[in-house]
Amino acid sequence: MPTGRLGMWWVVASEVVIFGGLIMCYLIHRLGNPAWGDEAAFTIVGAGALNTFVLLTSSYWIVRAHKHVNNGELEKAVRDMYLTIACAGIFLIVKSYEYSTEITELLHHHPHPETGHVIGTFPVFWAFYFAATGLHALHVIGGAAAIYIVLRGVKKGENLQRVEYAGIYWHFVDVVWIFLFPLFYIAK
Amino acid sequence: MSNSAQKTDHEHSAHGYHGFSWKALFWPSTNHFIIGLQYLFTGIFMACVGVFMAYVFRMQLAWPGTEVPLFGFVGPGDYNTMVTIHGTIMIFWVAMPVLIAALGNFLIPLMIGADDMVFPRLNCLSYWVFLLSAIILVISLFVPGGGFGGGWTAYPPLSADASYSLTKWGQTLWVLAVALEFVAFLMGGINFVTTTMNARTKGMKMYDIPILVWFIVIASILFMISVGPLIAGAVMLLLDQLAGTAFYNVAQGGDPLLWQHLFWFFGHPEVYVVLLPALGVCAEIIPVFARKKLFAYKIILYTAFATGILSFVVWAHHQFIAGIDPRMANIFTVTTLLISIPITEMMFVYIATLYGGAIDFKTPMLWALAFIAEFLLGGCTGIYLGCTGVDIFFHDTYFVVAHFHFVFVPIAVLAVYAAFTYWFPKASGKMLCERLGKIHFWGTIIPFTVIFLLLFMLGMAGQHRRIADFTQFPELVSYQSVRQIVTCCLLVMIAFQTVFIWNVIKSLLWGKKADKNPWRANTLEWVVPNVPPHGNFVDGYPEVYRGPYEYSVKGREKDYWPQNEPE
Repeated sequence: MPTGRLGMWWVVASEVVIFGGLIMCYLIHRLGNPAWGDEAAFTIVGAGALNTFVLLTSSYWIVRAHKHVNNGELEKAVRDMYLTIACAGIFLIVKSYEYSTEITELLHHHPHPETGHVIGTFPVFWAFYFAATGLHALHVIGGAAAIYIVLRGVKKGENLQRVEYAGIYWHFVDVVWIFLFPLFYIAK
Repeated sequence: MSNSAQKTDHEHSAHGYHGFSWKALFWPSTNHFIIGLQYLFTGIFMACVGVFMAYVFRMQLAWPGTEVPLFGFVGPGDYNTMVTIHGTIMIFWVAMPVLIAALGNFLIPLMIGADDMVFPRLNCLSYWVFLLSAIILVISLFVPGGGFGGGWTAYPPLSADASYSLTKWGQTLWVLAVALEFVAFLMGGINFVTTTMNARTKGMKMYDIPILVWFIVIASILFMISVGPLIAGAVMLLLDQLAGTAFYNVAQGGDPLLWQHLFWFFGHPEVYVVLLPALGVCAEIIPVFARKKLFAYKIILYTAFATGILSFVVWAHHQFIAGIDPRMANIFTVTTLLISIPITEMMFVYIATLYGGAIDFKTPMLWALAFIAEFLLGGCTGIYLGCTGVDIFFHDTYFVVAHFHFVFVPIAVLAVYAAFTYWFPKASGKMLCERLGKIHFWGTIIPFTVIFLLLFMLGMAGQHRRIADFTQFPELVSYQSVRQIVTCCLLVMIAFQTVFIWNVIKSLLWGKKADKNPWRANTLEWVVPNVPPHGNFVDGYPEVYRGPYEYSVKGREKDYWPQNEPE
């Protein structure tokens, strides 16, 4: 296995255990507190679903970029990497819309229109929600920055193997979201 | 992974020989040898800080309320800070950097015949992040409120709520420093594993890799898997401290036990993370000074894997009295007793290596043998503590403290001295003085053993940890003279370290020049010139023909058979 790919898998493995630990902690709490479902009802499923779609699309673009690099079509690869970064941007815009809505509701002790449950009754749910999705959002920012650095190399025709490594990392960021979305949005 | 050597053209090997310069230690360097030395010296500096703290709180315990020379009065808050930071430093800033980072950086490329680590810049970054974490920890001692004093395990709510711990800044800087230190070692681990997998020299197969290299790799993997959840836990603790979340706050629906699980899920594998390199050092030294092949190479390796796997399922034996389900405690008792089997096996393998050998009691060998003898004492008392019934009585007493130190002092002190004295000729080009080395050895071993044997006794008498003044407890007052003996032994032990410092200075300045292979050993680090130059193998990369432990092979004139020597 090439050294760079081996190193990247190591990075992914160490990230998996970080997110794995966080998600396990949340799961254990969640199983012990069925009432947290009422809090989860406040998360915006539509926005989360949109973000899932956006992230999956971004993974498609980075795979395309990798394919173009292998075919020697560097300009197309650069274009697809810009598209990946654009998807990351859309993800973050949607996420900040969600955050501002939820924080406003939390500050005003907003009751749920259907259940009448007052948001923030179980603050630890929101602590987990912001910690997990916030940490994930930081990884989205970091991943996008890394893709941009790789992209600048590709423009000059340097370090083309890094496109694959950036892709491995980006898929990891994607997969984490696949876990977070059902756990925080769908499960009620 | 690939067995064949993958060599890329390295621009630095074309530079030829680079002389070693002390100045290089103070600047970012990508040379594995310099980075190893940087880790070593930072570790030694932090060890001095840690020992100074041990001196201060032992003086307070022996003569409570009197002024400690070089420090002054020790208030209860100071005392708590001292014991907390002493533990934190000795594990995270001494054992880890010296045993894994310094030994790994210095020896992995040399032992596998590589010119450097495969990611030299990442390696450099890892050291500077580590240094930053050390600086943050030292700064945390001087912020308003003083350093964190909630014990090195940092259990919430004491660590999460500044109104309990009274160290608003100290506790946050503590978490930050520990988290950065983890990041530094994750980066180092990438290098250790990928270098060993991808940069081995021609002919070095999996079972030709020296045990020490294997053990550092296994330790890096253990560290990576175990530390992740604790990094997540540290983020939660930081949020609890700074952002007002309630992950660990019962009043708002959180759970302080969660931290204990996260901490010990890391904390127990961590013992094996530092133990494995120490055992690896012994595996390198014992065959050389017994002139005998290491007994059962593959069994040692499989045993280490078994230890690694088992180490993930024993963590809750630290929490028997924390309110976990008794049925759960029984399971963890069983797994804890199970893990003593592979470690015992390893001890027997080392003893079997000695059996029938031509043993030469040079200083490194003395340290390695002392490691095994003293570690056995620590390991055996661990079996008592692993049993729920006994642990409920001994929990948080000095029995635990003594057990822990009988495990960790052999790891972080005895094995480190063994490694230091064994590889000193390679790193410096000079031989250490044997006579001073032996004086230092006995002057360290005897006080160490007396100190912690007495602490076992105090623990059985019911002396609780983390108390600044035992004269307040009527049932413990009568043991005051024992505490004073312990403190005196500590002073003797510290005093004998000056012999070591003198030995190093004297040898560096006027010592005998060392041969390339002074111990007549087989492994590849003895092929390179002393004070390894940049690029290491200046006379071309060696080719490996056999395993690293072929000593006293029948029918051969020499009693050793270097790995790179053709038939």
